[in-house]
Amino acid sequence: MATTKTDEDVDFKGENDEGKHPEGNLLNFEPEVPVESMLVPTDNFDSFEQEAPPDPSNLKVDSNLAECQNNDNNTVDDDKLDPDTSGASRSISELSLASEESTDHHGEEEVTNNEEWRSQEKHVFILSSAGKPIYSRHGSEDKLVTLFGVMQALVSFIGDDGDVIRSIHTQGTLFVFLIKGPIMLACVCKTRESVAQITVQLNYVYSQIVSVLTLQQLTRIYEQRRNYDLRRLLAGAERLIDHMLIALETQPALLLGAVQCLPLVPTTRDAITNIIVSSCNKIKNLVFAILVGGNQLVTLIRMKKFFLHPADLHLILNLVNSSESFKAAESWTPICLPKFDPKGFLHAHVSYLAEDCEACLLLLTVDADLFFPLSEAKQKIVEKLRRASLLQSINSALAHPGTPVSQLGVPEARHFLYKCKATAQFWGPVPAPPYQTAEGAKRLLDQYRILHHRLHAPMQPLKLLYLQDHAETMLGWVTTGFELYVAFEPLVTKTNAINAVNKILRWIKKDENGLFITNAPTF
Amino acid sequence: MRTIEGKIVVLGSQGVGKTSMVVRYIGKMFSHHISPTIGASFFTCKINIDETRVKLQVWDTAGQERFRSMAPMYYRNANAALLVFDITQYHTFTAIKNWVKELQRNVEEPMVLALVGNKTDLVNQRKVLREEAHQYAVSIGGTYFETSALQDEGIEEVFLNSAIGMIKLSEDSQCTSLRVYDSSDTSSPTAILQPPPPLTSAVQLDKGPTQGEQERVLACC
Repeated sequence: MATTKTDEDVDFKGENDEGKHPEGNLLNFEPEVPVESMLVPTDNFDSFEQEAPPDPSNLKVDSNLAECQNNDNNTVDDDKLDPDTSGASRSISELSLASEESTDHHGEEEVTNNEEWRSQEKHVFILSSAGKPIYSRHGSEDKLVTLFGVMQALVSFIGDDGDVIRSIHTQGTLFVFLIKGPIMLACVCKTRESVAQITVQLNYVYSQIVSVLTLQQLTRIYEQRRNYDLRRLLAGAERLIDHMLIALETQPALLLGAVQCLPLVPTTRDAITNIIVSSCNKIKNLVFAILVGGNQLVTLIRMKKFFLHPADLHLILNLVNSSESFKAAESWTPICLPKFDPKGFLHAHVSYLAEDCEACLLLLTVDADLFFPLSEAKQKIVEKLRRASLLQSINSALAHPGTPVSQLGVPEARHFLYKCKATAQFWGPVPAPPYQTAEGAKRLLDQYRILHHRLHAPMQPLKLLYLQDHAETMLGWVTTGFELYVAFEPLVTKTNAINAVNKILRWIKKDENGLFITNAPTF
Repeated sequence: MRTIEGKIVVLGSQGVGKTSMVVRYIGKMFSHHISPTIGASFFTCKINIDETRVKLQVWDTAGQERFRSMAPMYYRNANAALLVFDITQYHTFTAIKNWVKELQRNVEEPMVLALVGNKTDLVNQRKVLREEAHQYAVSIGGTYFETSALQDEGIEEVFLNSAIGMIKLSEDSQCTSLRVYDSSDTSSPTAILQPPPPLTSAVQLDKGPTQGEQERVLACC
């Protein structure tokens, strides 16, 4: 039972910075923690920090893919991957090779002197350890060969001493590097994001590349030909990287390392889940069944023992959101989920439920021969959903414009994000003025980034943070069960802010079962 | 009525118009904004030729290089292949030769091959001569077609030819991957949705009705 909170419950020290953590008083607000979550509950940063140094021994762990396969005829090769030393052992003089290949210096100046190109807030570049351009967020990478040469030189110069370059800080501009085996990623940004946050973003981009190629293929290619032009293999996948970067800039989901669920009455969601389970439970080797709509999760069913990492689910959402072609017909496509198993592909049966229902069903298996059984299962699922009028329920939930913060009865709060840590899910109201414009939404997300960074700073993580500036007052609070980020009007008093926080938490608690998926169904 | 079920795979480089062709034929439409295929898309359609109904399972594959290694999964057990290139891009024609070699190496049963030069609406930018393509098609035992998905020219013929080719294959006892059976019912749509009883033991594909399904009736051939 929720008790009434008074000012004393949260006692600020009067500083803008850190407050006393009142966790003991707030256990009532902790989310209901499921015994198991379908998503791996993880803090985004931790999980990515672990893999920051390219450690080839990571690759030798048991293959998830092999494990969920009954017959191991098709298991991916377990080739030993050599540690990539090429980047470190090269000297700058060797580099000239890369820049000599540039035939279009004039074009390059045209691009780099271009005012629009220079004024971009954030650039992302991807290159091979040999300095070959792979991708540029803005401008054609073909025209930036010298620039890629410089980046490669910086990385290998620092690498010569056995060091790894992570970032360069100048006034107003931040350069972040991420070296991942045979490829390097660099970000040049004028935003106020932290090195850790940019590194997470570059990791997402790297995961996107692994997702289309598998780590196996990526490593093998460069073992065979160090000078390989990866653009050949990535042709058509640039749009996935573009889309991922746009999502990183505009969606809080990737910042929080969590997914948003389509709000549904719990019995409705359970009914949908049961229909999918009953239509698929005879199919062996089906690892995940995922139903998504409007960039939100409707339900997720998994094979026992296996879990989906939120980062992998973001790759799936990115694929669905950036591939119009799935709407035209049933598709059968390979996809690698790096957190699940970077070494091989899963096969995905992808289809939208029906012409009159814009939810997308993905059935992921390790068995390449399963298309027809899955196609049949999908047909059954749709028939059953239609008979139970659940397609309508999904449609009306998708058509719902979302809950504005004003419905919560907390006039001081303009917006908030609530993350349930145990389930790696989050919820936030639809942006209302002044955040309904693109510009406003961007500023809000920037504010959340600042809060998020300060709360999760590796050296000195905070539990509570209250920041007041001219545009808004921001409050961030991390407990064992949840994270809460709130934007208030700038002149809110601390008392009112705390009362509002308590109201928000009470509201979330009341609707918890509809806003979040709290069970973890399996086949 | 005699019914034949066969698999047809559409192969070719990125952007030559494979999906546009299939969508033009099955969906009877053309979109300028078709997004690249991811993996492969699956369609079904039916063609009635005299007293035979041919059900086609169409695998429209992605042309992007990264899906190249997945191709065997899509062309395995195929009875026909549409090898599509863009008549304005010579390298897409060259790429077909690799596809043919790969099919010859990996597909044991006889296949109906159709070489298709698409985008005849851009004929003033033609880079692949009709004669050269025709000769090549003959050399691989296939038939050459020129089409325009944009202007809906020549596409019916391509699929019709493949269907007729499959009927011929089905008369050849060596061909085990084609599924042949008799259905007493002729055209009732409810009967179409029933999965037909398998008669041959070699059958592996289990087919359910799908989104793109559509009945096509042709008066003659």
